[in-house]
Amino acid sequence: MTVLQVIFLITAVVTLGGAVLVVTVRNLIHAALWLILTLFGVAVMYGLLSATFFTVIQVVIYIGAIAILMIFAIMLTRRVKQEAGSSVNKGWWLAGLMSLVLFTALVWMFSTWSGFQTTLPVMPANVDMVKVLGTALVSPNGYVIPFEIASVLLLAALIGAVVVAWERKS
Amino acid sequence: MSDPVNSIAEWLRMILSSWGLSEGLITVILGVLGVVILASFVLIVDIMLVWIERKIVARFQDRFGPNRVGPYGVLQPIADVIKLLIKEDIMPNGADKFIFNIAPIIALAAVLLLWAVVPLAPTIIGADINVAVLYVVAIGSLGTLAIIMAGWASNNKYALLGAFRTVALLIAYEVPMIIALLVPVLLARSMGMQTIVAAQSTWYIFVVPLAAVILFISSIAELGRTPFDISEAESEIVAGFHIEYTGMKFGLFYAGELLHALTVSALISTLFLGGWRGPFVDQVPILGPVYLFIKSFFVYYLIMWIRYSFPRVRIDQMLGFNWKFLTPLALCLLIVVAILDKLLVGTSQAVYVLVMLGANLMIVWATVLILRKYARVERKRIGEERPVAVPPDTESSELVGQE
Repeated sequence: MTVLQVIFLITAVVTLGGAVLVVTVRNLIHAALWLILTLFGVAVMYGLLSATFFTVIQVVIYIGAIAILMIFAIMLTRRVKQEAGSSVNKGWWLAGLMSLVLFTALVWMFSTWSGFQTTLPVMPANVDMVKVLGTALVSPNGYVIPFEIASVLLLAALIGAVVVAWERKS
Repeated sequence: MSDPVNSIAEWLRMILSSWGLSEGLITVILGVLGVVILASFVLIVDIMLVWIERKIVARFQDRFGPNRVGPYGVLQPIADVIKLLIKEDIMPNGADKFIFNIAPIIALAAVLLLWAVVPLAPTIIGADINVAVLYVVAIGSLGTLAIIMAGWASNNKYALLGAFRTVALLIAYEVPMIIALLVPVLLARSMGMQTIVAAQSTWYIFVVPLAAVILFISSIAELGRTPFDISEAESEIVAGFHIEYTGMKFGLFYAGELLHALTVSALISTLFLGGWRGPFVDQVPILGPVYLFIKSFFVYYLIMWIRYSFPRVRIDQMLGFNWKFLTPLALCLLIVVAILDKLLVGTSQAVYVLVMLGANLMIVWATVLILRKYARVERKRIGEERPVAVPPDTESSELVGQE
């Protein structure tokens, strides 16, 4: 077993363990922190695949933005420290069923996927992959239309936030 | 023998492979060793920073500073560390024990992690990744997380208020900081630190001084230092997020804060002051760290100079300054630099630098003009008569009339 495999196994255990704890712990803040650990584990996975850009983006977006926003929302909720009531409701069996179906479908999909047999393409040396990604995002032959649509969507959200918070002077 | 770090690494690699260890394991061992050595070195510098900071603040405030333990008081930080270690460790009632204990560790680790991408010499760098600038931003969010955890776990309203204020500050000033970071990335055509340093045949401070100033201001805010230290405002919320911390746990926050200042200085030096560049550094790579630390300490001195010369700003002034002034200015600068960079393709280095510098100065001039106009309006507004206080039995219609 190579060192990379050992690191991968440790990361996988931590990621999955964190994910289980997210849904089982009773304290909401603790759940959010376990979620951060899980997301961090995913970032390490990207790192192991030498996708440095995605590693960093995972940390910036999921931990730096989304997780901190969630923690804020939880902190501003009252009675967060009281752990009353059951953590599942009447529809728990439905959620369980759906998860099982999804899990089976995913396992079936991966078992028939041919991608496992293909060998890794060798990266050409001295090529800045970030530059390649950036060019692809804005080139007409690449992904410029999805990129621009996403930008317009984000701009609309930004303007919407300004309009909602606008203080009208009568 | 001009590059001792890499020669020692090669020598160790040979010894380890003669012991019959596998290639992957040797890489891991050398990597761990490198991390331990770099972190220890930085932390030892950090201990000395306590003395430097106290000595310099004393000079600014016209007093002597520590001068009892050792010559010029240089052993004072060691006495401080011993004091912090033997202090009682208090756990506040109702605190979240695990989060309370882990927060200072994350706070210090988030600072240490930044040193992974600081190039110390042409051949000495922790990890020369191609997204180093983005990595700096990502690690910054871990620091934010540590502060939230500390503030929440302390079970103290002042700590929580301090944490909220800090996060508002960090998230707000991240925007101009990232835009200012984009400018050297744009000029060097890369997010890798070594490439950025290698591209600075003219230091970027002479090409885009305005970007350096914006990064400097927003970095001071990210550090939470005066004039942006509303997260620890003693007169308002006692000490902010670390109010409940005692002993070495407080020591970790304190060490992290000082080291963060030096780290930010090192990053600014790398991005705008040429990093390890200096005379004879190509022949003798070990001179690189010396040049880098000289530049970093110069920037660190500027940060201290500002810290001990300016009063604290109010939270609304601070956020207004960021959103209404710094962010539009940074955006404007980025657009101008991007357009000029495209227009100046193919011109000589001297023309390129002069035009860029001229454009920067033009933006500064326009900004000053707009600020003067704004200040005139603001003075007039303040000079106007204000609504006077009225007794409570006055009719509400009269109140409206007076406004």
